[in-house]
Amino acid sequence: MADRIRSLIPAALAAALLAALVLGTLTAVTIRAGGLGGLSARDLSAIWFTLWQAALSALLSCACAVPLARALSRRRFPGRKLLIALLGAPFILPVIAAVMGLIAIFGRSGSVNDLLQWLGLPTLSIYGAHGVILAHVFFNLPLATRMVLHGWQAIPSERMRLAASLNFPAASIRRHLEYPMLRSTLPGAFLAIFLVCLTSFAVALTLGGGPRATTVELAIYQAFRFDFDLARAAALALVQVAICIAALLVSRVISVAPNFGAGLDRPSILGLAPRTIWPDALCISAASLFLLTPIAVVMMRGVSGLAGLPTTIWQATTTSLWLALASTALTLAIALPLALAAPRHRWAEAAGMLPLTASALVTGTGLFLIARPYVNPTQLALPVTLISNAALCVPFALRILIPQVRGLQMDYDRLAASLDLHGITRLRYVTVPRLARPIGFSAGLAAAFSMGDLGVITLFSDGQTQTLPLALYQLMGAYRLDQAASAATLLITLSFGLFMAFDRMGHYADPR
Amino acid sequence: MKTSLMLAGLLAATATSALAQDKPVLTVYAPDYFTSDWGPGPKIEAGFEDICNCDLQFIAGDLLPRLLLEGDRTEADAVIGLNTDVTARARATGLFAPHGQDTSTLSLPIAWTDDTFLPFNWGETAFVYDTTKLANPPQSFQALLDAPDDLKIAIQDPRSSISGLALLLWVKAIYGDEAQAAWEKLAPKVLTVTPGWSESYGLFTDGEVDMVMSYTTSPAYHIIAEDDTTKAAAIFPEGHYFMTELAAQLNTTDQPQLAQAFMDYILSDAFQGMIATANWSYPAIIKPGFLPPQFADLPRPAKTLFYSEQEAEEIRQEALDEWLTAFGR
Repeated sequence: MADRIRSLIPAALAAALLAALVLGTLTAVTIRAGGLGGLSARDLSAIWFTLWQAALSALLSCACAVPLARALSRRRFPGRKLLIALLGAPFILPVIAAVMGLIAIFGRSGSVNDLLQWLGLPTLSIYGAHGVILAHVFFNLPLATRMVLHGWQAIPSERMRLAASLNFPAASIRRHLEYPMLRSTLPGAFLAIFLVCLTSFAVALTLGGGPRATTVELAIYQAFRFDFDLARAAALALVQVAICIAALLVSRVISVAPNFGAGLDRPSILGLAPRTIWPDALCISAASLFLLTPIAVVMMRGVSGLAGLPTTIWQATTTSLWLALASTALTLAIALPLALAAPRHRWAEAAGMLPLTASALVTGTGLFLIARPYVNPTQLALPVTLISNAALCVPFALRILIPQVRGLQMDYDRLAASLDLHGITRLRYVTVPRLARPIGFSAGLAAAFSMGDLGVITLFSDGQTQTLPLALYQLMGAYRLDQAASAATLLITLSFGLFMAFDRMGHYADPR
Repeated sequence: MKTSLMLAGLLAATATSALAQDKPVLTVYAPDYFTSDWGPGPKIEAGFEDICNCDLQFIAGDLLPRLLLEGDRTEADAVIGLNTDVTARARATGLFAPHGQDTSTLSLPIAWTDDTFLPFNWGETAFVYDTTKLANPPQSFQALLDAPDDLKIAIQDPRSSISGLALLLWVKAIYGDEAQAAWEKLAPKVLTVTPGWSESYGLFTDGEVDMVMSYTTSPAYHIIAEDDTTKAAAIFPEGHYFMTELAAQLNTTDQPQLAQAFMDYILSDAFQGMIATANWSYPAIIKPGFLPPQFADLPRPAKTLFYSEQEAEEIRQEALDEWLTAFGR
């Protein structure tokens, strides 16, 4: 029993840190404001818009992810691994770069409309609620696909062999193997994407076409900057947290762990795939076209100017790389104990998802209010960016890790107990090797995400420390759009490089 | 070197205190864009340090929210880069001291008598277009409203952007009680509303929109820095809204003489002579040689519109409601 409790200490610490970061800062802002403010009718319509666009974005992302992940899991073709890695790229793109890429393809003067015009068809407009949802699917389809793909890969090949030897028709395979897997994976994917879209700000604003597409995050921003009404900002931030917790509870009810049992780690068999490969080929090509062309356009635009980037950009790049690596380590240090505790302790999962609902503005302000009496906030610019970036990555890492941990514990807990494997030894011989792939993937996401995120730096900025995304925005703000395009190319390349490096590391570390 | 700086930062060590000990430090809060290599900050810092025997340290970020949160415990000695739309709230804090400058020497298109907030540059709102793509730009604001709906423009959200708010006040200044009707006519031409100026301007340079809400001085950047003469600001006879950036000193400063010297420096020839190309706007004092010829040749509106800080504060909410309602339909 004492062992049990001791093993929970890291998870409890991680949960406390996240709770302090999200709820503590929110409390600090509320105290400063002298209470929560009332919400206006416009705030309520912002909440409503936020909810339905997030739900629809998450639903569409998940719906598209299932056929795509299935196609990727049952087909083998040259460059498949590279394609899977590349398809993850939109998720790690800096928002502004991705929006510009989408506009270059789907915008008023984009290639799709050029084609439609050439064909004599009416043109499409990307601006509006549908544009916001398109962008959200673009960003999050990769995440959902990877989560579902991991699920497919986690079905032991022995079960597939058994199904084959029993001459299962496709419908039976779906019923006995694929549905249970999806039922454990999809609710988590939906939840993660729903929460990401909940706090969307720049996407919704740029593609939303106008104030009808006002999200809660923008309402918070307005309360803060336009009205300087901290009380209302805090109330709105609280609404966001409440929505998160409600969504988390719902997903807990829906999600059911699969019980496939442990396998022998033999390579999967592909013989069960239907003979017609066309639907899969179509699915993979369409997704590649949708996800990769906007990135390719953004990349190409900046390539020629790379050599001409000012030297300060390279300093900012070094800072960003350091930040990314450090925040990756911190993400894993927080996420791993939480993920290991989550299957048995709901609080661990709930705490891990909290950062997604935090408004960057409110968290930043709360940290500022808390730190201010003790230290000069400008000295905390980098640590604060580091911690907030890491915290933001924890939910994604958790969503990737938890389904695998659940399976791992179900399959190996008894064996480990009978061998009296515990603590560090168990971590070293069972947990980390079995989780190498999801850990590598989570680390890749965390590194890329921290590389591209602006963080909550605005209240802590000392005016000297520059990160690459900050430099990108400053270049844009100073009319230097060409240099900004090159900075974006550099940022995408590095983010993706980091992502690939960690993801591959995970694959190599996997004994299977 | 960079690594050790990073580590110092990560450990929250006071890396700057060693440098600062031998000279007095003047801490100046500034907006985000200010201190980058592409903003005016570095030139101002170099120029002032030449004459002050001090260390000028900019702290960039959310200028006013930060001051409001800090109150009289702020470390700022002075601020630079405030906009007129926040001066009422800034003044209400009681944190600011008079700037002590003679405002009658200012070359602004409006009379400026404020003894607390000192303008250091200015410009006017304008819709910018590409002369090679838009052969017949609207000749007036009314013509813009009456233009066919396939003329697409990008504007900024007044809730998150200074230029977006300026556009709100611009429309209000021209159309008054008819502002909502004007917005309803403009709305179908608004391709999208972006959070900040940069995103809109990016849409414009990418050819996604025909016109973008920007400044009368925007073409100067393209002419001087890029040798590109195809960008122009449409000048409307109804008038253009005045925008200025302000500096002020705090009465809580522990460096009152330095802060005062900084106020003096702002209107000095050295500062005013370099601000045009450092910030792509007109200097607050225009003397011969202060404006590059390309700047001086820019067309200027015949009429300048401006709301005093009290007026702006009073109509802000109403104007925003009209804007939201017009777009909500």
